[in-house]
Amino acid sequence: MSADLNIILPEILLSLFAMGALLGAVYTGKDKLALPILWATAGLFVAMAFWIGVSGDTDRMAFGGMFTDDAFSRFAKVTILLSAAAVLLLGQDYMTRNDMLKFEYPVLVTLAVVGMMTMVSAGDLMVLYMGLELQSLALYVVASMRRDNLRSTEAGLKYFVLGALSSGLLLYGASLTYGYAGTTNFAGIIAAAEGDISLGLLFGLVFMASGLAFKVSAAPFHMWTPDVYEGSPTPVTAFFATAPKVAAMGLFARVVHDAFGGVVADWQQIIALLAVASMFLGAIAAIGQTDIKRLMAYSSIAHMGFALMGLAAGTAAGVQGMLIYMAIYVTMNIGTFAFILSMRRDGRDVTDIAALNMLSKSHPTHALALLVLLFSLAGIPPMLGFFGKLYVLQAAVDAGLFWLAVLGVVASVIGAFYYLRLVYFMYFGTEGEPLDQAMPAIQWVAMVGCAAIMVLGIVNLFGIEGLAAAAAETLVR
Amino acid sequence: MDALLSEYLPILMFIGVAVGLGLVLMLSALIVAVRNPDPEKLSAYECGFNAFDDARMKFDVRFYLVAILFIIFDLEIAFLFPWAVAFGDMSMAAFWSMMVFLAVLTVGFAYEWKKGALEWE
Repeated sequence: MSADLNIILPEILLSLFAMGALLGAVYTGKDKLALPILWATAGLFVAMAFWIGVSGDTDRMAFGGMFTDDAFSRFAKVTILLSAAAVLLLGQDYMTRNDMLKFEYPVLVTLAVVGMMTMVSAGDLMVLYMGLELQSLALYVVASMRRDNLRSTEAGLKYFVLGALSSGLLLYGASLTYGYAGTTNFAGIIAAAEGDISLGLLFGLVFMASGLAFKVSAAPFHMWTPDVYEGSPTPVTAFFATAPKVAAMGLFARVVHDAFGGVVADWQQIIALLAVASMFLGAIAAIGQTDIKRLMAYSSIAHMGFALMGLAAGTAAGVQGMLIYMAIYVTMNIGTFAFILSMRRDGRDVTDIAALNMLSKSHPTHALALLVLLFSLAGIPPMLGFFGKLYVLQAAVDAGLFWLAVLGVVASVIGAFYYLRLVYFMYFGTEGEPLDQAMPAIQWVAMVGCAAIMVLGIVNLFGIEGLAAAAAETLVR
Repeated sequence: MDALLSEYLPILMFIGVAVGLGLVLMLSALIVAVRNPDPEKLSAYECGFNAFDDARMKFDVRFYLVAILFIIFDLEIAFLFPWAVAFGDMSMAAFWSMMVFLAVLTVGFAYEWKKGALEWE
């Protein structure tokens, strides 16, 4: 028992911190303590990420296989924790300025992160659902944090209703799986789903895949994404675009490999379809957008399509490509959202892409950093985003999914258009009212830092290639 | 597989009976009952008064809050019941798990109390 508790110690500590911060703040300074709690949370996330990163390289199971601690979960957890810490700090200035920094915000983010860590470690359908709901419930609340704002409440409600629907689909699939496999444990399901799987189990797999596709916002289950991204406060949008996506992709990989690893051919076609639909929808629908948050929503749908392409390969190389892709995707998004958070004119926040007009003249450094980030998002060599795409395309080709790789390249070319259009606005657009000069130091550092990573990372990807390979190795056996 | 599924046969029969019986009762009222409506019978019953106004009025959002807070503690009971029934042959881990659950719930309760969610004004 104590050995089991030892394995989930990071999750326990984070939960205790969340509860302690909640009670401590509500009984003393309330929202005056919001800023210290936010910094403490971010600090704790970084410390946890470091701890998980260096702690042991053994694969451990807790609670009879319900909770897995392996290289895959550690890779995902470190990515989740670091990106959540970065997003918390990035949004701090925006939230203080708009008078919406409540002490519940960092607490809810902590609880969401605990949920995400549970998701990527799930070894059982019940743990999977518990982690997913803990994450989702916290996210529904932060989406509608500006509760006197119509857009924000709408975003929260929409997210809640569609999230509940997807949870229902997932639960239905899980109950079918349990009914036909006779167990909720992944190790038991993979034994029952060996070779030729029964129709009931197949239905369970399809329903669970649909529910998970909702969570990663893959087309055709993406419809909530643009509205929620647009309506939520921008720091929350930045959060939605990063850590939860990593967690949901990690969970997806876990379910298909840990529970259904014996029937790759059955889920490969589903995921390949999701990948193609997401890549094309993300690339085409983003063209007509004028709001940069909506544009980022479609961009994230397209990126999820590419990450799913890695998963569709069904090989260790595919999972490795997916993990590398997600790590790069998160970095690009942190950099881009650092800029979006600073977009202001006359002290008011703007999200219209027309505000980027002639940015190169008023803010040369910002424009250059954003140029690098957008090129990377578009997957133009030699930026890091290109290598992310290269890994998943390579994995798809090696797995014999040549058609999928070709469609991916086509979608990537279509998608490049709207990123390049933003670059065009920045450098050759019409003269307009410039954005405000000031940009908080944290946001500047994040933006320029992420842009620098996009260029410098091409040397050796900061060594994540080997880590991702080891992580994929533990998942795909 | 068939042995596993046949274990669920009682539940299936139960659902069948529940749906069947429900339908029979509703349909029998539709078919058998004598219906002779007049305006008085169709009007809303208000203890002898005429209806004051439309029933679809605006609702104070605080009712929702109370209802939601109630549901949390209502669900807690749903967890406590099976736990209490099996109390005799339970391990210490099971006992302490429930204690931890209750403690976490208390944290939430203390928060909502201090936050003022329980006060009407």
